[in-house]
Amino acid sequence: MGSMLKMLNSSIGQKVIMSLTGLFLCSFLLVHVSGNLQLFKDDHGLAFNQYTVFMTTFTPIKIVSYLLYATILIHAINSLLLTMANRKARAVGYQSRKDPRSSSWASKNMGILGTILLIFLITHMANFWYQYKFGDTPWAEYSVDLNSGMVLGEPIVIEGEDLHPHEYVRTDASGNEVNVVVVKNLYAVVKEAFTQPLLVVLYLIGMIALAYHMVHGFQSSFQTLGIRHNTYTPLIRGIGIWLFGIIIPLLFAAMPVYFFLQL
Amino acid sequence: MSSENMNLTLKVWRQRNGQSQGSFETYQAKSVSPDMSFLEMMDVVNEDLIKGGKDPIAFDHDCREGICGTCSMYINGRAHGPVKGVTACQLHMRSFIDGETITIEPWRATAFPVLKDLIVDRSAFDRIQQAGGFVSVNTGSVPDANAIPVAKACADEAFNSAACIGCGACVAACKNSSAMLFVSAKVSQYAMLPQGDVERKDRVIKMVSQMDEEGFGTCTNTEACEAECPKGISVTNIARLNREYLRAKLTE
Repeated sequence: MGSMLKMLNSSIGQKVIMSLTGLFLCSFLLVHVSGNLQLFKDDHGLAFNQYTVFMTTFTPIKIVSYLLYATILIHAINSLLLTMANRKARAVGYQSRKDPRSSSWASKNMGILGTILLIFLITHMANFWYQYKFGDTPWAEYSVDLNSGMVLGEPIVIEGEDLHPHEYVRTDASGNEVNVVVVKNLYAVVKEAFTQPLLVVLYLIGMIALAYHMVHGFQSSFQTLGIRHNTYTPLIRGIGIWLFGIIIPLLFAAMPVYFFLQL
Repeated sequence: MSSENMNLTLKVWRQRNGQSQGSFETYQAKSVSPDMSFLEMMDVVNEDLIKGGKDPIAFDHDCREGICGTCSMYINGRAHGPVKGVTACQLHMRSFIDGETITIEPWRATAFPVLKDLIVDRSAFDRIQQAGGFVSVNTGSVPDANAIPVAKACADEAFNSAACIGCGACVAACKNSSAMLFVSAKVSQYAMLPQGDVERKDRVIKMVSQMDEEGFGTCTNTEACEAECPKGISVTNIARLNREYLRAKLTE
């Protein structure tokens, strides 16, 4: 254990921490973007709200979410320590510095990109996580026709003390079986939040920062772990650029735009 | 090849010693032949300074053939100047334009303190090398040449890494003043050969530990080092160093 702590304290060890925490955060991005694609579903937000219940109540997910918060903190704090050490390593700078063209802009600005992402994350958590957990997120009652599986219109806003997510089946006047689902309506909070142009702009800036952060970070984390191969490294770079640098940020960016334009 | 001699303006970092504050001084380099090397141009400027009773510009140089790794100038924002794959001594003045202003700075790294003008103390590299960059052998009679088989591919790769001349351009070019390319080349050149295999774990741990102690920065994988290395040492070595270090630390 002592030996391991000593290793993590070395320059390479600290980079390994950045690499492993970074890759874990990449895996989270995959889950987060897949789950949130349900925002685009034409069901007045039922699937998204049910998914939210699952993500906030299922114990293994809850454990992973605490691990995730810790990972974000470790990644951010460690990067700050590394940046300070790196500044110290060049106390006097150059007057005529020209970086070689082969060094990508992102690779030289991971700290700035990360800071933008941290500001974005705090805003993002305040917008939705805090609203859901501690804010006054409204409760909604959805009706789903059990025969067709169709959501029967906008949910009804319900109020009251001690509400909790639940569902039951009732038979309506014409004899159809209807599933009634009572959930916190985070979907409505999302829809409402993205009517604000400033917030949409902030989210778009956040996603641009994410794109650049990923283009360098994903492939760089493999290099730090010593994984480099004539065949696999180009593949890793491809995944870093296309999946994490382009597709995922675009899908995330589409969410505020979708609500802002009321598509 | 242009044969017209050039007139250049030099902005050179002058610093009396490690303790004093340095500053840029401007000099005129007149009638410089395009066929001169950069160091020869500096020699001409120094001749003029000496004739004028002034202190010549101190700079490191030795073999002037691009193989000793002694020259160390940061020229117009690039380690060893604008041409890829050469040291400052192999850089010719035809790479510059008549009338150009050339800025010359020493390597900048806390681990490479300035001694005087453009000369920095690179003994940190020596200490890293002494920490583990060697193979312990019994100096007896000469061993049979083919007693230990070495795969051609390994021999070639080890040789590519061993091409590092330890000039420090990687540290100078890195935004973090990281010595990872140098250390990785030195670790690699032994790790890939059977003679170096025996001490590979101990070697990498000691060399990395010394590197950290010297105060070099960490690797952000900007790959500026590879682009500026006069010997074309590849960042593949850095991946190998990381791998060697992790393996050593996880299995020691």
